Amino acid sequence: MDTILLDHGAGGKVAHELTTRLLLPKFDNPLLAQLHDGAIFEQEGGRLAFSTDTFTVDPIFFPGGDIGDLAVNGTVNDVAMCGAVPRYLSMGLILEEGFPIKDLERILNSMRAAMDRARVLLVTGDTKVVPKGAADKIFINTSGIGFIPEGVDIGSGEAQPGDKVILSGTMADHGVTVLTQREGLRFVSNARSDTAPLNHMVSGILAVTRAVHVLRDPTRGGVGTTLNEIAGQSSVGIRLDEASLPVKKEVAGICELLGFDPLYLANEGKLLCLVPGERADAVLQSIQKDQFGKDACIIGDVVADHPGRVVMQTTIGGERIVDMLAGEQLPRIC
Amino acid sequence: MTINFSEAYRNPEIAQHLAHRIKAASTRPIRLMEVCGTHTMAIFRHGIRSLLPETISLLSGPGCPVCVTAQADIDAFVELARRDDVAIATFGDLMRVPGSGSSLQKESAAGADVRVVYSPMDAVTLARETPQKKVVFLGVGFETTAPTIGAAVMMAQQFELDNFFVYSAHKTVPQALAALMANPDVRIDGFILPGHVSVIIGTEAYRPFFDAHKLPSVVTGFEPVDILQGILRLVEMLAQGTPALENGYGRAVSSEGNVQAQQVMAQVFEPCDAPWRGLGVIPGSGLAFRGEFAAVDAVVHFDLQLTETPEPKGCACGDILSGTCVPPQCALFRKVCTPMNPVGPCMVSSEGTCAAYYRYST
Repeated sequence: MDTILLDHGAGGKVAHELTTRLLLPKFDNPLLAQLHDGAIFEQEGGRLAFSTDTFTVDPIFFPGGDIGDLAVNGTVNDVAMCGAVPRYLSMGLILEEGFPIKDLERILNSMRAAMDRARVLLVTGDTKVVPKGAADKIFINTSGIGFIPEGVDIGSGEAQPGDKVILSGTMADHGVTVLTQREGLRFVSNARSDTAPLNHMVSGILAVTRAVHVLRDPTRGGVGTTLNEIAGQSSVGIRLDEASLPVKKEVAGICELLGFDPLYLANEGKLLCLVPGERADAVLQSIQKDQFGKDACIIGDVVADHPGRVVMQTTIGGERIVDMLAGEQLPRIC
Repeated sequence: MTINFSEAYRNPEIAQHLAHRIKAASTRPIRLMEVCGTHTMAIFRHGIRSLLPETISLLSGPGCPVCVTAQADIDAFVELARRDDVAIATFGDLMRVPGSGSSLQKESAAGADVRVVYSPMDAVTLARETPQKKVVFLGVGFETTAPTIGAAVMMAQQFELDNFFVYSAHKTVPQALAALMANPDVRIDGFILPGHVSVIIGTEAYRPFFDAHKLPSVVTGFEPVDILQGILRLVEMLAQGTPALENGYGRAVSSEGNVQAQQVMAQVFEPCDAPWRGLGVIPGSGLAFRGEFAAVDAVVHFDLQLTETPEPKGCACGDILSGTCVPPQCALFRKVCTPMNPVGPCMVSSEGTCAAYYRYST
């Protein structure tokens, strides 16, 4: 078989073949092998974090990864941002009739590799096939469960004046990569998506201190939007230093050309961490030890002034407000 | 020797030094106009106002091509989008601009074929690839973009395409400056002249305007040091009483401009009277297709009847574009008119004065 047929989603023999021949061998483990409606496992005590996300990215393959990587890392990271250790994932596939099986296989392989990297298990899943035109190649939903260690209490509304704002690496890598792969904007560049699992980085941070006030991954809307959300939810002001914002040269160049602001483009392997000032250096060092945190740096402070607003000192010593992204950024005309 | 322009022209020491000199030289209140929308955005993005003394007021002029596109033109775009045989190709900035009833974004959501392109050549390619559709490129822009659209039209002719059209809503800057000064309410002491438009038309294109009004004018680049340097020169010229037309963007702009681009424009277009939102009809400020290119003219082919519609009530875009008021003085600003719910184009376009104020100031 080399393309998905409507039969593969019908629940009969052909569907069973897809599950046993293609899906099971890639993710085989005792919990998945139960093949019930859901996966049952002992609870380890403590609180659970549970998150879901659906991935519809276009194009599905891009430099640095594919929709499978995003689907695993995205949910792993959302669970990790709750301070939880991610453990189990579910996967829901919606496949368009005619989708090449070799592309599906490539994506499933990416997902397996991503799960291994994050040390999570796929324990339950579902597959649906829709007629040609009813979906754009493949949509993936993943949900994830994790367990929150005792004494860890992280949200978005806990930032306090005196906190430092740490960003774990360069901004806008994923957003720019996807943009440059779209029709009409093909660039030859070194831009690569930064999709990566951050749960090990979070465990490292929590080993240094439990006094982490905020953890967020700045995906859609970018660092700018996420910091505004934090400032609003915590009723604090945030001051940024533009000179310390980490951006790769090729990303900055593409943004300049098109009139985009890296502060508002998506990241898929970065986190923002707000910690009390006296713990900042230790936390920063811990992040920098992680393979995905080498470019981590302190980008600003939390203040009591201008609550709900993010203000930035520009590279030339001026000052401006970093507002929330209103809608999609549009490239400039002239 | 190669200079890394983005580093050198963003050097904080140089910027601070220029800011000090501006403060020292600025002794009385003056009003300077930044004509170009990209200047408005750059000034806000780098926090330049926070470095200037209170004596200097910066006003935003009509240099945002989307903002000055007349309501009637936008309604015509919407009418074209609604046709089943038409695929609209447009710069992204036009998608959200509100007409009197709808916008291209709304029409697209309702099923109209509207495609965002990044270059007019993409629209030519689209026409070749979809022979069953009439592809209409919405030509909005100043002299910066008009030459590439002229080149696209010529390329379409070479391919003998009969399904490629352009709606020309192009405008030219020097005529707009002249019309601005005819407004008795406008009080401007000096001009920060556009950078990219000047790359095409050259500094001498502003000579008639300068000779008529003798106001200090500096063609300025877009990096923070460029802008501060331009402002410093204007302040010094005013303090010394020595108005002049100066080129502050010598690394990109010459006195005669890009002659080849001008030739392409002259081959394809001729001047016409054009309606500017907020400024009314300005004689000779638009670009219409020359006779031999009439087949490409969307207005002619689709027999579009343009009706002037009244501006939305309370919208001060016209006054803002003339520099006679600032966005916070508009009754609708922030209360009704926001980037997600724009009333006038000044809020929608990324280069619009109101969008810049909304994003960057308190």
